[in-house]
Formats: sequence, structure tokens, C-alpha cells
Amino acid sequence: MNFPILSSLILLPSIGALFLFFTKSKSENKITAKYVALFTSLVNFFLSIYLWFLFDQTTSAFQFVEDRIWIKGLINYKVGVDGISILFIILTTFITPLCIISVNNSITKRLNEFLIAILVMETFMIGVFCSLDLVVFYLFFEAGLIPMFLIIGIWGGTRRVYSAFKFFLFTLLGSVLMLVAIISIYWITGTTDVVQLYELGIDTKYQNLLWLAFFSSFAVKTPMWPVHTWLPDAHVEAPTAGSVLLAAILLKMAGYGFIRFSLGLFPSASEVFTPLIYTLSVIAIIFTSLIALMQEDMKKLIAYSSVAHMGFVTLGIFTIQQQGIEGSIIQMISHGLVSAALFLCVGVVYDRMHSRLITTYGGIVTIIPKYAILFMVFTLAALGLPGTSGFVGEFLILMAAFKDNFLVAVLASLGVIIGAAYMLWLYKRVIFGKLINSELKKMIDLNKSEAFTLTCLAIPTLYFGFYPEPLINTIEVSISDLIDTYNFSVASKQ
Amino acid sequence: MNNIELIFPEIFISLSIMFLLILGVFKKESSKIIHNISLLVLLITAVITFNETLSINPTTLFNESIIIDYLSSFMKIITLLAAFVVLLISSNYLRTFKIFKIEYPILILSSVLGMMIMISSNDLIVFYMGLELQSLALYVLATFNRDQLKSSEAGLKYFVLSALSSGLLLYGCSLIYGFTGSTNFNVISNQFNTNEYAITFGIVFILVGLAFKISAVPFHMWAPDVYEGSPTSVTLFFTMVPKIAALTVFIRFLYVPFLNLIDQWQMILVFLSIASMLFGAIAAIGQKNLKRLIAYSSISHIGYALAGLATGSNDGIQSSVIYMTIYIIMNLGFFSCLLMMKRNNIYYEQIDDLSGLSKNHPLLSISLLIILFSLAGIPPLAGFFAKFYIFKSVIEQSMYFLAIIGLLSTVVAAFYYLRIIKIMYFDEEKDSYDKDHNLWLKLSLTVSTILILMYFIFPSELIDAVSKINII
Repeated sequence: MNFPILSSLILLPSIGALFLFFTKSKSENKITAKYVALFTSLVNFFLSIYLWFLFDQTTSAFQFVEDRIWIKGLINYKVGVDGISILFIILTTFITPLCIISVNNSITKRLNEFLIAILVMETFMIGVFCSLDLVVFYLFFEAGLIPMFLIIGIWGGTRRVYSAFKFFLFTLLGSVLMLVAIISIYWITGTTDVVQLYELGIDTKYQNLLWLAFFSSFAVKTPMWPVHTWLPDAHVEAPTAGSVLLAAILLKMAGYGFIRFSLGLFPSASEVFTPLIYTLSVIAIIFTSLIALMQEDMKKLIAYSSVAHMGFVTLGIFTIQQQGIEGSIIQMISHGLVSAALFLCVGVVYDRMHSRLITTYGGIVTIIPKYAILFMVFTLAALGLPGTSGFVGEFLILMAAFKDNFLVAVLASLGVIIGAAYMLWLYKRVIFGKLINSELKKMIDLNKSEAFTLTCLAIPTLYFGFYPEPLINTIEVSISDLIDTYNFSVASKQ
Repeated sequence: MNNIELIFPEIFISLSIMFLLILGVFKKESSKIIHNISLLVLLITAVITFNETLSINPTTLFNESIIIDYLSSFMKIITLLAAFVVLLISSNYLRTFKIFKIEYPILILSSVLGMMIMISSNDLIVFYMGLELQSLALYVLATFNRDQLKSSEAGLKYFVLSALSSGLLLYGCSLIYGFTGSTNFNVISNQFNTNEYAITFGIVFILVGLAFKISAVPFHMWAPDVYEGSPTSVTLFFTMVPKIAALTVFIRFLYVPFLNLIDQWQMILVFLSIASMLFGAIAAIGQKNLKRLIAYSSISHIGYALAGLATGSNDGIQSSVIYMTIYIIMNLGFFSCLLMMKRNNIYYEQIDDLSGLSKNHPLLSISLLIILFSLAGIPPLAGFFAKFYIFKSVIEQSMYFLAIIGLLSTVVAAFYYLRIIKIMYFDEEKDSYDKDHNLWLKLSLTVSTILILMYFIFPSELIDAVSKINII
């Protein structure tokens, strides 16, 4: 394996972006720009599928590792994948081309710059999931703020400036403490290499503070209650493609970070803080589900449902059981597909009616039936109906939670019910009912590219709902190894 | 005098100053040729410094009152190159205001000479001499656009306050001389008695004087006014070059004679650092003028450089030097943008004048975007690495409080940098600015932007260059 496949994955979108940057002065022909971007992201997608094909599922060791001296004597550029990270990389490369296809109607000005921002964003997101060095991780993690800030701020809605600032400053504030923690880890152990840190372990007396510093960053990014308030604003104001990226991938960085770093590096602190995570997760599940129930704005409703779903994810991770973590990862993948699709669905009607308010719509099932069908699939997936990928994740998480803490599991199950309520009610109000607004009659059904993107998302949602084996096989060994290490180090400390 | 060739750069530059003065007196209309010769002089001096002194062992001259080592050579080269670029990109600005005169390059050369003496000084008297030479030249530079009220005000303000701080500094020198019997750094470090509190007083006075020169809080009051009033090209000079020299003296003065008193001065430095970082970040939020804003931003940046010095370790010194180097590159880029904001022979310097810049000037605004994100310390740009090295050395000394305050103030600072970006990218456009800029101006903007953007690919080079600095 001499071909640096991971570095290619990271670099390719940036090369595409660079190409777009230099061709932009001449281009009145927006189509070319779009095809360049689409081509780059598709190549990246197939490359990542090839990576999955080569991936060895029987070992938990990091594969395709590249290790180069970057800052001499200080930091190595080290990337690699294991079962936990590979699925996120594929999710990223899968969602990005769909985002690029979806810009057709929603982005009218500065298309070129928008595509550059999306491709640069893809570079950073893949970098986050590949990096095996804390500093490299931090670099990618933070760098993603720049393109996202611009995506929200330039192409966003009316309150875009407020939302962009809130998004940027909230996330930055959370992250700077993580930087202190990373430098402290370097000072304590003499390395920031994750693999070495797994072997060395970090002294228990430092773990609690370090865990909290990482937590402050991940909690904002997840987002967990009570620091979730930036998310609805950012989602509502961001353009459709921005919301999709944000919901589908950006939020997963934190969940991934919890598994890779919080559990992996600070096992004893994770044990100490599990009650905290449980509490915050349960509050997030119930509280934000209730808020979602009362939303007038479709995007805001889906944004709050994202917070609730991420509550399940954090809950599952910190059960620290095989099913729980597997469930969390599947839940994240599923949420990546489903929330992306839901935001696209909102985008479809928004492009036609320029309104995100639920009350604008109603009774459109007869006017745009194809849309109604696909929207239903994703609504059901979002509430976790058996046969969709949403079910698998939630079921595994709740199963693990019941083993660990009965009360938490019961409360979380309550969240499932409210989740079903707000999603079905949303669907009912938008699609069914009496057709009051006569403007709606002019709506045209999905065009080819919209139908294509939504179908692309529906297929894996249903496929992994019926047959989650491929996902579970990929992550199984890595997770069981992680849990063994965790149990071992917790037991040896006592 | 065996090693006289080691101060050849200083000798060369002073002879050139005299020659240029004579040339200016006898030749009519000589401002352009003097400008060009000065550029050449700066470049040649930098080359001589690089060739003659960069790779030698530390050597002292003139009864140990001048020291030539890696630190001094490195800082001299940065000073010379920064002055070179300032001179290179300021000609159009000066022409617009009809102040393209022979005095301008000569004054810059004299202040550079003063700074080189400061950087090499190993003796309080020599240091003071260099300081006064550079300050006198800077007072005149600040008032260079003398027909404008603001420029004269800036010069006068700078003169009065700077003279006061020089007085304090001299008083500190005399205290130290009184209690150790010498002005030489090496002798002082052997002579003094650590229990002598008067020496601490001397250190405090000298620190106050130096803090004034680098505009660290609470001795920063002059900076916003002077920066705003001075001609923009002079402001650019002020924000970078004198600070390098003063910082070098900071390093030499604290680490050579008084390293044993670290308990005494460390707290002062930590205070200066925290106050500068926080105050610079918070006070910049309300600014409307870009030059005032950059004044506060430079105050806050100096706070980070001081945080590195406060550690009392070699790593800390090195990280400070790296920080200043990267800061200079970012500043050059920022001011190149500022010098491009010109329409019908009027330069614009309010933040609102940037409104919607991205539509008319996409390349200019993307460069400014990169520079601003770098100033805010967002990875993967150079500004992040500068801060990273600082915090690494700070945390190595377990100064967590300083590190956390510093990082939190970067979040505050990010706000006002983002505000500029917001105005550039999110707001409605105004009339476009002139597009036919000086080639050198474009070049300096492009080079600094690319250096900032691409720094992460070759981070080791700068570290290698700086790692030879070895004071302790």
C-alpha cells in the first residue's frame, strides 16, 4: 500500500477548488463550474468506496496509515482509518456530490465561490475523520469554521449575519479549551500521536480536566443541551446545501470525537462523567423534542430534531457497550442521510414557494405526489420506523441504555414517542389536509435532479434499515477492541 | 579591533545616510533616486548581515558593549527586510500626498540604524543611544504629512509621551548603575546582589519604558492616536519595525543580566501580557477606523509575544520571535490592502469603506479574508501556528491561567476580525477602488498572502531558523 489513498481523499477536493478558483474570471458558463465540482466530488466518492473495498474488517488496527514528519520534533502528519472512522469518510464523500447537485435552484449568485467553499469544506471534513494526530485533528476541526461561516454569511437568509457570527464564536469558544488540552497532553506525555497515546495512556489525575476541555468543544459541536442554541439559527439561515452539510457531517465530527478521543484517551474520566452525559442527553432528547413540536418553521423543526437525535448518539456512546456505540454510529450515519434528505425536501418546496412556514403548505399530496412519497420515507426514517436505518440505531442505543440505567432508558424512549409525534404532525400539516393556499396549485413536482438526489438518499436509508450488516461488520471489531481497552484501563485503575 | 567587520552593516548604513544627505542637498529633484538608493542600501545591508554575522559564534565588541550573535543578526535581517518592504510600497502613497521627499527614506534609514544598535546592544548606554536615534527619526516620520493637523498631532503626542517614557527608562538605568557599578549587561549579571530591592525598582522602570515602546497595556495610550494620525505608510512602519527592536532588547535585558530575578519580573510580564491581550481585543470592537483598529489589534498581538517572553525559557523566546515574524508578514499584507483602498487620489480608511469589497475586487478581498482569519488565529493559516507555538511554550511552564486567558481573548478578537469580513462579504457594495496599483504593492500583498496560506506546508523552516537562538 504505497499509494497515499487517504491524503488523496483529503487533497482532491481542494485541488478541484483551486481549479475552480483560477477558472472563475472567464466563466459565465456556470454549468462548467458545477460539472468540475461534481466530477471532483464523484471521483472522491468512488475513491472512498474503493477504500471501503480494500478495508480489512477483521482488525481494529489503523489501516492505510501515512506518517510523515511535519513540524520537526513536534508534530507528525499522521492519517489512518479504522472501523469507526471509515463510515464517516464515506458519508462525507457521499453527501458532498448530492449537495453540489442540489445547488441548481437555491444558489443564484456567486455559484463559483459557493462550490469552492463546499469543496474546501469536504477537504477539512475528511481530514477530521482521518487524522491520527491531535494537532492535525484540531487543525481540520477548526479550519472547517471558515468555509461554513462564509456559506451561512454570504448565501444565507435574512438573519444570516447574526447566525454566522453565533455559529463561529460558539464553536471557536468551545474549541480553544481543547487546544489547551491538546498542548497539555503533549506536555504530559511528549506526543500528540493518537496511536501512541492509546498505548501510553494518560495519567488518571489529569484525565478529568482534559476530558472536560475536550467535552467543551464537542458539546458545542454536537450540539448538546444547553449549548445547542447556535444550531437552529445556523440551520434556518444557511442555504439548503449548507444545512445539509451542517446536519449530515459537521455534527458528526463531535460524535466521532467523543468515541475516538473522550473514550479512547480518557477512559477513567469518561466513567466519572457518564452521569453528566446521561443527564444532558436525556434533557436534550425530551426538551428539544418538545420544542420541535411547537415550531412553525420547517427547518427549525428539523434542526431541533437533530439536537434530539444527537442526544441519542451521546447517550449511546457513553453506555460504553458494544450495542450502544454501534447504535450511535449507525444513528449518526442514518441521521446524516435522513436529515440531509429532510433539509433537501424543505429546500425543494422553499425554492418553489419561498416560504419555510408550515402554515403556508397543506394538502399538496395531490399536486406533487412524488415529493410526498419521498418525504414520507424520510419522515418515517426520522422517527425510527422499523425497516429504516433510523430504527436500527435507536433500537441498539435503547437496548444498551436499558442494560445500564433503566430510568434513563425509559425517559429516552419517551423521546422516541414525542419524536414520532412531531415528525408525523409535520408531515400531516404539510402534505395532507385541505388545500387552502391556492398559490400551491402552481407547484411542479420534483425535477430530475431533485428526484435523483432524494432517491440516492432513500436507497441507503431503506437498505441499511433492512440489512445493517455491512455497517455493523465494518465497525464491530474496532468497537469491541475499544471497549476492551476501556474496561481494562478502568479496571486497572481501581 | 579584531572583529570590526562584524559591525560593517552599521558602518555601511551610516555612511550611506551621510552620502544620501549630501546628495539630497546638492542634487535637485533627487527624491526618486534617493528613494531607490535607500532601497538598495537596505537590501545590501541585509545581505551583508546575512553573510557576515548570521553564522558566527556570539562575539562582543567595544569592551563588551556590543554583542553580535544569532539573535541580533536574525532580528536585524527582519528589521531591514521589513523596512525595505515598507519603503518599497509607500512611494505611491507619498506621491499622492505630495510628501515624496528626500527626508523620508533617510529618516527610515536612520531609525533602522538606531534599531540595529538597539538590537546589538549589550550595555545600557549603547541601548539608550540606539533607542534615542530611532525615536528621534520616528517623531519626525509621524509628523511627515505636516500639512495635516492629525499628523502633526500624532507626532507631538508621540514625542511628549515617548520622551516621558525615555526619562523613566533612563532613571531605571541610573538605579541599576548605582547598585551594580556598571552599565554592561555581562558585568551586571555577575555583580548584583539578589537581595537588593533597588535593582528591582530599576528593572521596573526600564520595563515601563520598554513597554511604552512596544505599546503594551497600560502604556499603550499613544498608539491608537499616533497610528491613526500618521501617514499610512509610516503607520505600517510603526506597527512592525520598532517593535522588533524593542522586543529584542526586552529579551536581552531580561534574560542576560536578570534571569536570576525571574520571580520579580515574570509577574510584571504576565500582567502586561494579559492586559494587552484582553484590552487590545475588547477595545478594538468599537473602532470604526481601520488604522485605529489595527492599533488595538497590534496591542493585542504584542500581548501574545510577551506571553512567550514571560515563560523564562528558551522555547518561549523562540516562540516570541516566530510570533513577531509571522505577525510582520500578516501586517504587511493587511497594510498593502489598506494602501490599495484608493479612489480618485483619496485614500479610504474607515471600516465601512470596505463594504461589499468582494464584488468589485474579488482577489483583494480574498487576500484580506485570509489575512484577517490568520490574524484571528484560525487554522490552518500562519497566525494559528504563531499562537500555537506561544501557547505550547506557555503551557510547558504550567502557566495555564495565561494560556486560557490568551485563548479566550482570541475568541473576543475573532469577533472584530469577523466584523470586517462581514462588511466585505455580506454587505452591499460601494463604488470600486482604483485597480492600477503599483506593481510592488500587488507583489507584497500576493507574497504575504501566499506565505500565510502556505505556511502549514513548510512549518519547519521557520522553526529551524529560530531554533538557533540561544540566550540562556
